[in-house]
This record gives sequence, C-alpha cells and structure tokens, in this order.
Amino acid sequence: MTDVLKYICKRLAEFIVSILCLAFVIFSLLYLAPGDPARSLVGTKQVTPELLATIRETYGLDDPFFVQFGHWVQGAVHLDFGNSIRTGAPVTAYVAPHAAVTFELVLISLICSVVLGIFFGVVSAKGRGKLRDDVIANVSLVGTSAPSFAVGLFVLYVFALKFGWFPIYGVGEGFVDRLWHLALPAACLTFAVSALLIKITRSALIPEMEKDYTMFMRARSVPTHEVQAAQIRNASAPILTSAGLVLANLLGGTVLVESVFSIPGLGNLLASSVTFHDVPVVQFIALTLAFIVCLASAIVDILAYIIDPTSRRRRMLRSRVAAENWDDPANPPASLPNNTEGGVS
Amino acid sequence: MNRTIDTRARMPRSVKISIGVLIVIAACMAFPNLFAPGALNQDIAQGTLPALSPGHLLGTDALGRDVLKLLIAGARSAMVGPICIAVGSILIGILLGTIAGWYGGVADWIISRYADITLSMPTLLLAIVAAGIIGGGYWVSVLVMVILYSPFDIRLVRSAVVAQKGKPYIESALVMRISTGRILSRHIFPNISMVVFVNFFLNIAYGLVSMSSLSYLGLGVSPGDADWGRQLSDGRGVLFDNPAAALSAGIAIVVTAVCVNIVGNWMTERSSLES
Repeated sequence: MTDVLKYICKRLAEFIVSILCLAFVIFSLLYLAPGDPARSLVGTKQVTPELLATIRETYGLDDPFFVQFGHWVQGAVHLDFGNSIRTGAPVTAYVAPHAAVTFELVLISLICSVVLGIFFGVVSAKGRGKLRDDVIANVSLVGTSAPSFAVGLFVLYVFALKFGWFPIYGVGEGFVDRLWHLALPAACLTFAVSALLIKITRSALIPEMEKDYTMFMRARSVPTHEVQAAQIRNASAPILTSAGLVLANLLGGTVLVESVFSIPGLGNLLASSVTFHDVPVVQFIALTLAFIVCLASAIVDILAYIIDPTSRRRRMLRSRVAAENWDDPANPPASLPNNTEGGVS
Repeated sequence: MNRTIDTRARMPRSVKISIGVLIVIAACMAFPNLFAPGALNQDIAQGTLPALSPGHLLGTDALGRDVLKLLIAGARSAMVGPICIAVGSILIGILLGTIAGWYGGVADWIISRYADITLSMPTLLLAIVAAGIIGGGYWVSVLVMVILYSPFDIRLVRSAVVAQKGKPYIESALVMRISTGRILSRHIFPNISMVVFVNFFLNIAYGLVSMSSLSYLGLGVSPGDADWGRQLSDGRGVLFDNPAAALSAGIAIVVTAVCVNIVGNWMTERSSLES
C-alpha cells in the first residue's frame, strides 16, 4: 500500500504546483493587460485621482508583486475575487447564477461522449480493417478536426433554422424544455469529445487484442464477453487518464458553443468578460474551470494507478520478492495476501 | 528514385485529394490578389445577397462583400498563424527536448516538470483568456499558442532523443570524440526528423482550430477582417439572409484541418512502416 500512498502524495503535490502556476498566470493577467491596473479596475466609473488612490489602497496595488499575489491567493481560497468591473457586484455572486446551465451542458455532453466514445472505440477496435472501422475513423477524424463553433453554426442552421426542430437560442424552462434547448449544443460538444475518446479507446484496445493472454483465453474457449471484459479492463488506464484532456476540451469548447447558441452560461460570460476586460470575473471563471480540469486529472491518475493491472503486478512482484526474503515467521509481509488475486495481464 | 515511385503508388486516394486541396489553399495563401483581387475594398452598396446571386457565387456578407473573395483572401490570415505556431512550438520542442533528453539530470527534471504542468492545463481556455486580456492582436495570440503547444513537442523530442541515445552508433560517435553539437545535429537529428516533421504538420491542424476559435470570439483579428474564424462570427448575423457566408468559412476550416490530418496520419503510418 505504501506505493499507492507515495503515488497519491506525488500526484497531489503535482496538482498543487500546477494550480499555483495557473493561479500565478491568471493573477498576472491584470498586469499583462495594457494600461494601469488601477485604471482598468475602475472600469466605466469616472476616473478621479482620489478614486484611483482608493482602488490602489483596497487592492494593495502599491505592494510588491509577490505580496499582492499572496493576498490574491488568500482571497481566492476564501472565494473572494473582488468586484466585477462591469457591474460592481462581488464576482462570485455575479458569476454563480451562470454556472448551473454550463454544468448541465458539460455533464450531458460528458455522459454522452463517454458512452458513445467508448462504445464506438470498442466497435472500431473489434472491427479493425473492416468497413465500420473506416467509417468510424473518418467520422471521428472530422470530429477532432472541426472546431466546435463551426459544427455548432452548421447544426444551428440546419436543425434550428431550416427544419425548426430545435430552438435557436435560450435555455428553456423546466426539465424537458431545458433538455430540448441544450440538445444541439450538447451534440456539438459530444461530437468533438467523443471523437477524441474513440481514438484513445481504439488505440488502447488494439494492443490488448494482440497480446498473448487474449490468444490463450481464446484457445481455452473462454466466452467472448469475458475476453472482452479483460481486454477493456486492461486498456482502461489510458482511457481513464484521458479524462483531464476530455474535460479540458469540454470546458474550452463550451466557451465557443455557448456563444454560438447564445446560452447565458459561464463560457459566454467568460467570452464577454474577456472582450470587456472585466479582469476579476475572468480570473475567477478561468481559475475555477482550470481547477476542475486539474483536480479531475489528478483524481483519475490516482484511480488509474490503483486499478491498472501492470502497476498492480509491479506491486505484487515486489511483495513476492519481499516474501522470498522473508525469514521472520512471526511477521509476514502485510501486503502479501491482499495482492495475490492479481489481474489478467 | 525507385522509392519515391513506390510510395506514390501506395498513396491512398484520400491522401492525394488532401494534398491537392492543401496545394490550392497554399496558392490562395501565397497569392490572394491573383485569385481574389480587391477582396477587401469592394463595392459595399448592394447589401447582403444570398448564395448563387449573379456575379457572387457564395453571395455577399453583411457589408455586401463577396463571400468567395473574402474566403480566398482569408486563407492567409487563417493559415499563417497556425504555421507560425507549429514552427515556434517545434523549435522550442527541439531545443528543450534535446537538452532534456541528451543531458538528463537536473535539466531533464526541470524541463519535464515544466512540460507536465503545462500539459495538464486547459489549452484553449487559457489561450482565450490570455490572448483576450493581453490584447495586442494576432501575434500575441500566436505567441500564447506557441507557449501552450510546446510541451507536447518537448516531450516528443525528448523521448525520441532518449530512444536514440542508447544506440550503438551514438556510442561509437562518442568514442570517436565527435563534438556534442555535431552528434546532435548530424547523427541524432536526422533520425528523429520524421517524427518531428509529422508532429509539426499535425500541429498546423490543431493551430488552425485554436486560432480560428480565438478569431471567432473576436480575439486577434478586428471585425470585418478577412479571416475564416472571424467570417463565421460575422456571418452568424446574416444566417437568415445568406447562410453561405458563415457556412462556407466553417467548411473551409473543417476541410483544411481534415486534409492536414489525413496527410499527417498517412505520414505517421509511413514513417512507422519504415522504422
């Protein structure tokens, strides 16, 4: 178990470092923006020297850069990102109402892409070299090459404008209506992200189908579904660890898709705040989304490490070595009994 | 000579078509004035026209400009950025990747951690935020993208260099006291150049998608500029009057990215067959 703990600590440390780096980049945005930070924080209000001085005072803009960064991180931990430049309201309160629709959209797309991506990835790996593999490969090639806003505009034109099957904008009231409004944007995100998952699943699964254990299981006429279950389990690590990439793609894509379909979500707010140079709002949204992506990829990396048969086998071998060197009968190595069940690999 | 003929014969039709399309796009990029003279100073008195109007195959946009001409003129803005991104990112990749792979040790550790951390960040999101807030237009966006794309190339070059480093021909070169610079440039680089080139090529497709996403959001190019991403967002407003204005730009982006990917994948397959 120590191996697992060591890995968890290492991965969490990496997570904290990446979040700090991201926080640093996102914090520096205020200074990278052209012009005086104090002036850009004033926004649309009348600029007077007194007001600038007050702004400098409240934001501590005269402190050394790293002291300011420290203050900012402190505030960020307590979810205090200052006030929106555009509305003057506290950032968190201003942004929060936009979050629900984005998370619904991302969740729907995530579920659809995982189901479709893994399903078609398996289908295409199983039928490799056949027509269905070619068709899936070509469709997913378009999916990975097409920017989500282009697909979005296309489906908006065809299904909402031409056929009128779906609403052109808005988010709808109630569950069914909401689902109906989010169907097209979710489909666009799903198209891009499931294409990515198809590629990953296919290339993770094909090597497993060529490995010896597959041949031996077949030779011993183990039922096909069991062989497949073993193959998918063994291929699961790269699929799982792609979750960070998948979320990054979904959250990046949602900015564009929300703007195509005029959905008042986080993405649209981020895009309009970027154009408006509403730095505190941008900082909050960007940090939140980046935090989600980094946290998710840390969690799946740890999960993959725990369930991955090869890393489990490594631990097993190590404990076997420990068992062979074991000469104190009163004190057997603790990890030995837990690890004997082993995986197919 | 024999080999070139051989590989041509095995080239699938999809690859041939893709190469053809890319040549046409490259021509539009190089000589926009030849194919679409005066695309940016057009007679704008006639308003939005639908596709297949006389004299305007794809109609006109909100400002009454011919969409086909804009599309051709937009190829340059749409493609130059991605190519620069790919070049910049591969240069950083070769430099840092070779240092990390060849020297190992602390340099390797630092460079690899840098790559790990940058890789775990949501690229498009950061690009939108950074390019938008910094402002400064097209080239700032390109620079941001180069920084965000380079970790992939660093990792790729590093692992390719590490794979070559242990081979006997490098050992013998070391024994012969050939200088490090010469070993890296004359011995290792030719052996990893194919992998690097393929990745460079595929990066153009990703760069195209990312850059057009930025210009769709209005970052990097000014409104009314001839740029495919920008044309899509400008065309969104006239989706009723002339759907071709937005859709043709979208199709241009998708087709170019698909063609680059097809050719890139084919090169990957070929280089893995050769090795």
